[in-house]
Amino acid sequence: MKWLLVALMVGSTTVGEILQAAGMRHHGQIHDFRPGAIGRALSLLARNRFVIGSVIAMAISFFAFMKLLSMTDLSFAVPVSAVTYAMETVLAKYILKERVNALRWAGATLVVCGVMLVSL
Amino acid sequence: MSASPRLRTWLCTLVVVLSNAFGDFFMKRGLLDSTRLSTPLEYVTMLFQPWVTLGVILLVIWQLSRMTLLSWADLSYVLPVTSVGYVLVALIGWAFLNESISVTRWTGIVLIMAGVALVSGGSAPSTVYRHEAKS
Repeated sequence: MKWLLVALMVGSTTVGEILQAAGMRHHGQIHDFRPGAIGRALSLLARNRFVIGSVIAMAISFFAFMKLLSMTDLSFAVPVSAVTYAMETVLAKYILKERVNALRWAGATLVVCGVMLVSL
Repeated sequence: MSASPRLRTWLCTLVVVLSNAFGDFFMKRGLLDSTRLSTPLEYVTMLFQPWVTLGVILLVIWQLSRMTLLSWADLSYVLPVTSVGYVLVALIGWAFLNESISVTRWTGIVLIMAGVALVSGGSAPSTVYRHEAKS
């Protein structure tokens, strides 16, 4: 049950975050932080298909996380989600076409190793 | 908003990291091991437990600030840079939940910080073309 929830959480988080990144790139850079501009940005984002998809995926991830927290320690539930790092960095390169240079690969690798140690 | 791009990225990252770490912490404060979650109603009821509500509010702020950051920064930049949150969660567990930090865990924390430093110091936040948002 525990690992099933972890799989559900990791899968939906990965899908959700890739969609969120794609949606925000599609939306464009947010520079204006006045209340009116933020309201307009939110109303545009609410109609952005990538963002809608990401919200659905994140909701699934959130309830899986909630169930997991009711069964396990915070220090298990949070680090285990770092599996998404490796998956998302690869997907960022191939789906989002980001230029993942050597420094970013090295950084992502260090983070994944570090998170594994923290969760031991 | 005329802050320099670097300062803007740092401020936004700070909000992302703090709201995520404290959001998770308050969720855990509210969700004890004895919490029963089986029917949809039990999940919804739980959202109104004060600690959980506070956690959810922080997690909403987390998502909105993360979306703002992603509007000008790459996912492969945001992921490692915001992982300072894992360090913060370990420190919160140590300070408020009486969890101990072993040598292994400290080693992990050092590795995470090194990874964050590599990515945040060594590359521009975005490697793809991004247009201005219409607003």
